[in-house]
Amino acid sequence: MNDLPQQLANGLLLGALYGLIAIGYTMVYGIVQLINFAHGEIFMIGGFGALTAFLILPTGTSLLIALPVMILMAMACSVLVAMGAERFAYRPLRGAPRLAPLITAIGLSIALQQAIWAFYPDAKKARPFPEFEGGRIDLGAFTIGRGDLFLLIAAPVCMIALGVFVSKTRTGRAMQATSQDPDTAKLMGINTDRIIVTAFAIGAAFAAIAAVAHGLRYGNIDFRMGFIAGLKAFTAAVLGGIGNIYGAMIGGLVLGLAEAMATAYIENIPGMSQLGGGAWKDVWAFVLLILVLLLRPQGLLGQRVADRA
Amino acid sequence: MRHRSLFIITTAVTAGALTLSACGSRGDSDGGSSGGGDTTTVVIGLDAPLSGDLSALGQGIKNSADLAVKTANKNKEVPGVTFKLEALDDVAQAATGQQNATKLVGDSKVMGVVGPLNSDVGQSMQKVFDTAKLVQVSPANTNPALTQGKDWQTGKKERGFKTYFRTSTTDAVQGPFAAQYMYNKKKLKKVYVIDDKKTYGAGLAATFAGEFKKLGGTVVGTDHINPDDKDFSAVASKVAEAKADFVYYGGEYPAGAPLASQIKNAGAKIPTVGGDALFSAEYIKLAKKNAEGDIASSVGAPLETLDTAKKFIADYETAGYKDAYEAYGGYSYDSTWAIIQAVKAVVEKNDGKLPDSKDAREQITAAMQDVTFDGVSGSVGFDEFGDTTNKQLSLYEVKNGKHVAVEVGQFEG
Repeated sequence: MNDLPQQLANGLLLGALYGLIAIGYTMVYGIVQLINFAHGEIFMIGGFGALTAFLILPTGTSLLIALPVMILMAMACSVLVAMGAERFAYRPLRGAPRLAPLITAIGLSIALQQAIWAFYPDAKKARPFPEFEGGRIDLGAFTIGRGDLFLLIAAPVCMIALGVFVSKTRTGRAMQATSQDPDTAKLMGINTDRIIVTAFAIGAAFAAIAAVAHGLRYGNIDFRMGFIAGLKAFTAAVLGGIGNIYGAMIGGLVLGLAEAMATAYIENIPGMSQLGGGAWKDVWAFVLLILVLLLRPQGLLGQRVADRA
Repeated sequence: MRHRSLFIITTAVTAGALTLSACGSRGDSDGGSSGGGDTTTVVIGLDAPLSGDLSALGQGIKNSADLAVKTANKNKEVPGVTFKLEALDDVAQAATGQQNATKLVGDSKVMGVVGPLNSDVGQSMQKVFDTAKLVQVSPANTNPALTQGKDWQTGKKERGFKTYFRTSTTDAVQGPFAAQYMYNKKKLKKVYVIDDKKTYGAGLAATFAGEFKKLGGTVVGTDHINPDDKDFSAVASKVAEAKADFVYYGGEYPAGAPLASQIKNAGAKIPTVGGDALFSAEYIKLAKKNAEGDIASSVGAPLETLDTAKKFIADYETAGYKDAYEAYGGYSYDSTWAIIQAVKAVVEKNDGKLPDSKDAREQITAAMQDVTFDGVSGSVGFDEFGDTTNKQLSLYEVKNGKHVAVEVGQFEG
């Protein structure tokens, strides 16, 4: 167990990444009760946006200078696609039975994946992503990669900014009102259409930051990366209590930690040697999800809400 | 009203389906291989991952087969026969490969199939081709069970499918070859073995570990990863903790490169060693500087050193393909050429004509057993299991961003 601090760090970093993507699921669900399964692809498109920015910049540009441009480009791509999806795929179906937008979301997810596959140059295989030069950063009991520093700073900053935005600004409060009761909010003079677009845009911006963090951490991106990441982020959102933005982050961290712990230690438990290791980590992550949902169906931070009539 | 619209829809759908199936049967029935005209067209099918993570290898296979077909047509290798390549994409998925196999079997002009890349895909196709008596030559499947049956390790070898041949050697020699090099030449005694639980990866890792232990080495840890994963940090930290001298990875480069990279990032400055599926320029592109010192084995001698290969390399360049021929280009050319030679033998025996399509397939399969020629990868021929008689192997180390051959030889058991 000497590597426990290191494994905790691995799990928390992975979890922070899940959490950043999960925000988008949770906010959209909180406001329009839609599970936006295309969100994973919006994350993936952010990654390709960032890569495009890096490729457009003159070769040899320091990554420190390129990074802000890459983040902006990633956000621009993700937000644009998310807003387009809201306008053309989801808005026409508002008021339709809930199954309809869900199916649209799945279709959109495949369409976006295939669009990158078909039209982005060389995207049929994994594309290398720029990485920071230099070795690991030693923090005593554990070390982290240079690229992980970005995630380490971005995740809490994003969370705090979002918290302040939702509780302190006019738009944020309008968002809360819309999520509680869209019809009454409309009667109070809130432009709910605008609020919904804002929720999509904020979720997409967070996904774009996660995509840059993903690229810096793993050194490559590919057109399918949104699928698994999106599924895990959705799990994180449900785990934390879907609709709750802090829950999304907590759910992500719990999920990331569970995966790291399962990989590292389950095989050491007597009789479990066949059920441990990297290949089984997803199984344990979903066992955890089922357990949480059995004991606390609303998720870790979710509130028990009566079904809307 | 409701009933009426339902009736109309049903009628439309039925009519549509009938039209489509009529098209299908028309396409099937015109397979005139006996040939009224001067030349008969023989289609050589090809199945490889032409898109997806492994597409670099797949495109190399496709282009090399294409080159073989073009060469045969240009030289009039088989008088009266024009060859045509039909390439299908299996995205490295066993299920897709099986569908492709069914599709190729259904086309009566197809007289042989080159491919696939992955052993698990090969496994899923064998039965389909065997039932149709259609010969298949894989340039890249290395799992021993494909030719020698699932009990090959116990010495009870049994050939399951008479239609299956391959031009690459197997993991039964590839894994141990790397084990001997690491233990005897590199003097490294402690290994951490990781695989992706797939037919190829798990089989390769097992043959490696078996030989390494026999030589006196220690396996300090084992783990399995999911090849679709991106995050291997937890496994990498375990490897660093285990103080292994090197890692052996049984699997392919899309997961292997990030795994090797994350292991080095976790603080274990040790090489990752693997099989032919790590021997790709893509591996270095993905792992970047962390690829330095990593080792991959590959079947056959390095193409650049063989005289037979020089013409192939030159021709490949002249043809101007967009992608490199990669690890299996030479084998793919040879696999295609083997089918062409088998067709040639059958046509010569049958007075310069191809027999009726059903007989033709069966005779070509039978002729394959005796095909021998000097190919790109050395002398090509097949033993009683359908395995290549050429047991050359090489090891490549990544030096300054390039795979450099460090060991070439034959495996001595």
